[in-house]
Parts: sequence; structure tokens; C-alpha cells
Amino acid sequence: MGLLNRLDNPYNISPGIVLGTMEDLLNWGRARSDWYLQFGLACCAIEFMALNASHYDLMRFGCIPRTSPRQADFIIISGTVTLKMAERIKRLYEQMAEPKYVLAMGSCSICGGPYWKEGYHVLKGVDRIIPVDVYVPGCPPRPEAFFDGMIKLQEKINKQKIFEKRARVAQEDAKNGNIGNIHLPHGWEEVK
Amino acid sequence: MNPKDIFELLKKEIGDQALELVEKEYHDPFIVVRANSIVETCLVLRDDPNTLFDYLVNLSGVDDKDKFVVVYHLYSLKHRHRIVLKVYLDRENPHIPTVERVWRSANWHEREAYDMFGIVFDGHSDLRRILCPYDWEGHPLRKDYKTPDYYKGIKVPL
Repeated sequence: MGLLNRLDNPYNISPGIVLGTMEDLLNWGRARSDWYLQFGLACCAIEFMALNASHYDLMRFGCIPRTSPRQADFIIISGTVTLKMAERIKRLYEQMAEPKYVLAMGSCSICGGPYWKEGYHVLKGVDRIIPVDVYVPGCPPRPEAFFDGMIKLQEKINKQKIFEKRARVAQEDAKNGNIGNIHLPHGWEEVK
Repeated sequence: MNPKDIFELLKKEIGDQALELVEKEYHDPFIVVRANSIVETCLVLRDDPNTLFDYLVNLSGVDDKDKFVVVYHLYSLKHRHRIVLKVYLDRENPHIPTVERVWRSANWHEREAYDMFGIVFDGHSDLRRILCPYDWEGHPLRKDYKTPDYYKGIKVPL
């Protein structure tokens, strides 16, 4: 799975040599040092604080809280997103540097939660304003559930493309038939 | 003091501006007061040595379909008694004098009642919305409030 797991390959015993691409190395670094924006919204933030404390110890994932969006790699939407807050969240997300990820925590940020029908001021899902990478359901989710989401995010970062990203993603989509009428850049059709 | 004595005191001080005392076993006893005498009533209740209501527990608005109601929950830290005041307001043009000069904590409560119901507190020093964004349209806790479809380009209903 990860880069270092290849050292444990029983079929290829090597004296500590790992062969991989530059992308593997960069993704390995990115996935294991995700800094998050220190930003709580509602009662999920209480669970999120418990997550940061010594009992659950989020820092073992390499997560360090940053108080500035410009230093953060991902943002955790921890709670109910009101329409008043939605503008601020969008602005915070836009201020973050690429690559950036969004982790929606709890049913409120996924679909509006208990306010899905009568909440006149609640955004029914944060994916209406910013793209979400990982959804962690629960009301609020247990820290274990959040860890599962964190591992999912790391898997996603491990698989991401860095060099010639747009062209390769487009090529892959065209191959899988996801999107039609993709115009690949010159010379990319031959690359396998 | 029990609610009857408080009502008698109010009758003596402000006359027929105190309309009625309602006592049932299933709710807190409350006194209905006219809107334009609310400041006078509150000053009497706060400063009379037998009542000394020095603490405004809560000030809230109610939409009662045909009228608006402003509810004042008062408590005395010295005598440890409590009373509820109610003011009935016209639904079309809800205006009431502020009690911000009587209890400073009324400031935010009145802003909330204004935000949620559109009740205008005359003489308030800073009558802005407190919960909703400043550019919000309508007053959300009114019974006839319609949730808008879009807020600044964001779809609101599910």
C-alpha cells in the first residue's frame, strides 16, 4: 500500500532498497504530513477536540493544527454549516494552497443533518459550495470513524497524480468512458 | 412576594396599565401589561424594595398568529421570587419601547426578538440583526415566513 510497505514484500527480499517513482515518494510525504486547518463549527468540533487530545492522538497521522488556511493541507468541516458561515468557509477553502482536501465530518455537513427539512438557515450539505473528498457519517462520528476517514484520505492522496496531472486524469477518464469529448494535449494519445 | 401581591403593587403604581394577572397551574403566572407602559412597569418592579427584580432572565418574542407577544422573565436575586410579564402587540406594526435602560442585558435579547420576529424596539441603541446575516430578508420565526430558494446563489431547500 504505502511506500515503506514494499520493504515487507516477502517475495522480493531486498536490503532496504525501495524502487518507486518520484510521485510515490511525494505522495508518501504528503499523505503522512497532512496539516489541517484548526476550525470547529458545532458539536462535532467537541468530538474533534477529543480526537486531538492524548487519548486518540490525531498527531500520529502526522496531522498538526494550523491556524492559517495558507499553511493547511486539508479542512475538516466539523458541524452544522449555516448560510452565514458558508461564505466564510468558502473563502477559507479558496485561501488554502493546492493540493487541498476537504473532510466532511458528521451528518450536518454531509446533508444538513437534523436541520435537513426545517432549517431555514442551514446549508444542506457542504458539497454545495466546496468539493468534498471524504465523508465521515455520524452524529457526531466516533473518533474511530474519523480515523477511518483519515485513512481513506491517505489512500486517496497515495493514488493522486502530480506530474502532468490534468492530462493524465483526462486520459484515464476517457479510457474509462467517464467523460466524453476530452481533447488530450498533443502526443498524449500514444502514451500508455 | 407572590404574584397576586406583585399585581396589587402594579395596580397601585401604574393604575390600569397593568391589564390582568393570569394564574393557572400549568404555567408560570404572568401579568399582561400595555406596551407603552412597559418601561415604567419594569422600573417599578426593579426599584421597589419589596420586589427588587434585578435580573432579566429572558426576553423573547412569540408569534401567536393573530398577535405578537413579548415575554419578560424576571427574577430577584435578593428575594428569590420570579414573575413573567407579557405584552401583546399588533401584528401589522409591532412597536414597543426598549427596556435596555432598565436592564442592560435586554440589548441582545431585543436584537434577537427583532431578528426573529421583526418586533421593533423603539429607542434601542443598536437595533441590528444578531443571528442572521445583516442582508437577510424576512424574519424567520414568523409563522408566515417562507424559506427562500436561494441565498447568494446557494440553493437553500433540500
